[in-house]
Amino acid sequence: MTQDKDALDEALAAEGPPRDYGIETRAIHAGARPDATTGARSTPIFQTTSYVFDDVDHAASLFNLQTFGYIYSRMTNPTVAVLEERIASLEDGRAAVASASGHAAQFLAFATLLDPGDEFVSANSLYGGSLTQFGITFKRMGWTCHFVDADDPENFERAMTPKCKAIFVESLANPGGIVVDLEAVGAIARRHGVPLIVDNTMATPCLCRPFEWGADIVIHSMTKFIGGHGNSMGGMIVESGRFDWWQGGKFPTMTEPDPGYHGLTFAETFGDFGFTMKARAVALRDFGPALSPMNAYFLLQGVETLPIRMERHCANAQAVAEWLAAHPKVAWVRYAGLPSDRYHALAKKYLPKGAGAVFTFGVDGGYEAGIRVVEACELFSHLANIGDTRSLILHPASTTHRQLSDEQRAAAGAGPDVVRVSIGLETVDDIVADLDQALKQA
Amino acid sequence: MAHDHYPDALLRDILRRCRTFVMVGASANWNRPSYFAMKYLRGKGYRILPVNPNAAGGEILGETVYASLADVPGPFRMVDVFRGAEAAGTVTDEVIELAAEKGIEVVWMQLGVRNDAAAARAEAAGLTVIMNRCPKIEYGRLTGELSWSGINSKIISSKRQKAI
Repeated sequence: MTQDKDALDEALAAEGPPRDYGIETRAIHAGARPDATTGARSTPIFQTTSYVFDDVDHAASLFNLQTFGYIYSRMTNPTVAVLEERIASLEDGRAAVASASGHAAQFLAFATLLDPGDEFVSANSLYGGSLTQFGITFKRMGWTCHFVDADDPENFERAMTPKCKAIFVESLANPGGIVVDLEAVGAIARRHGVPLIVDNTMATPCLCRPFEWGADIVIHSMTKFIGGHGNSMGGMIVESGRFDWWQGGKFPTMTEPDPGYHGLTFAETFGDFGFTMKARAVALRDFGPALSPMNAYFLLQGVETLPIRMERHCANAQAVAEWLAAHPKVAWVRYAGLPSDRYHALAKKYLPKGAGAVFTFGVDGGYEAGIRVVEACELFSHLANIGDTRSLILHPASTTHRQLSDEQRAAAGAGPDVVRVSIGLETVDDIVADLDQALKQA
Repeated sequence: MAHDHYPDALLRDILRRCRTFVMVGASANWNRPSYFAMKYLRGKGYRILPVNPNAAGGEILGETVYASLADVPGPFRMVDVFRGAEAAGTVTDEVIELAAEKGIEVVWMQLGVRNDAAAARAEAAGLTVIMNRCPKIEYGRLTGELSWSGINSKIISSKRQKAI
């Protein structure tokens, strides 16, 4: 015993107080220890659908969720799991579950929360695809979304109904560069006992910390900056672990026995990671939009350099926005990093390290001039993604936001004259030169 | 000691040494959390002796269920308390009473259960106290198995994963 005691004292002294690793360290290391068997340092791609059971009892324990382990890559995969823990760590969350795309992540989150007849309130400044998903396709599931103008946080309060089970916002909205007052909206969500869900795709955990401002669930499209190289789709749901599912009897999907698991109660059995377990074991299992291990590997490769890439993305975007603002052919620039921007004060608070790299501007001459600039670019790529190493350009009104009404487009910051850019990591003078020659042709 | 954080070295030490322990509040119902923890840790080589007055005389996972802590034949080094905070205080006092006779060194209260007054009494009696943690989850976290479900272990290491 004395020897044991000495060994313990030595180990305790060596460990010291818990270390809060920096975000750059976690972007590289969190979730990824060298492989126990081979010592492989880079995370291996576990390109397998299934995993052997030791015996029937082991299989039963896995299917009952009584033991940790892999069954089938639709629910869990070792490569995907590294990415899940990595993003959970970057957001300072408790747990995370990956999906095939950001859109799938949104669907799985709401499918875990809502029953038919339930409602939620969302900002009306969202990625166009999300407006369609929430407003049209979710309606067919029996879920009603109330859209509000997020510029006045009290609009969320006014739209709340007894059937509302969540509030949804994008921390930095695509494409309008709208910054939401997360702290104020978080207080409203808390007052109503519903989770605040924040899509942090455009800001990334490097620029915005939703959990520190009252968010309970964070959603990512990893297809954008987290992957960062425009090669792989992927989505993620992260839970803070701090939401009380038992309050007000509002979340029976979490607090009542689940018939799909012989009466297991997720909030009780899994405590502060119950939402993630439910999203995985029920929604991901039954709807099936799993992230492939190959994509998880590419996204892991990307996320290792996320902090350093975001610094350069923001620096380049700031320089390009300032240059555009002074250009005679540019009618307006909407970038929260500009002191004149209406969201500048909110950006200082919620995005202190930079206002991101996606913003919009208007060209004199409206719709036609906007299209000519987009088509005249030689370095910027004309495509529908954002958050690539490459600079990207798009005319939202004729593409990503085409399915919306004029009113919805205006609310989302995608009016007829709007050109959206996602500023990449090329030499900033080359980025400016390309826009310069394109504007000359407008 | 402060009970908001436990050093990994302490948890590892407890989980390495306490290979036989008592679970007070063990349930025979397969979908209860205590059953999950017992089944998982048995699979990792632990022997878990269940205490539950309502199931006394029966068996859970092949182990005889005892009516009280005093009835469990020693020695065992740890008592894992699957009861609410108030009941955990009563169990802690029984542990203090029986510590010398049974060789008990550790009182472990489950995730969500914290009783600081009981912890102070146990520590004054020379026992180590862990609160608001689950031995299954901590075992899984320290061996990397919890990470398989995307849970943030907060462990960063460039060394190969070790057994507990």
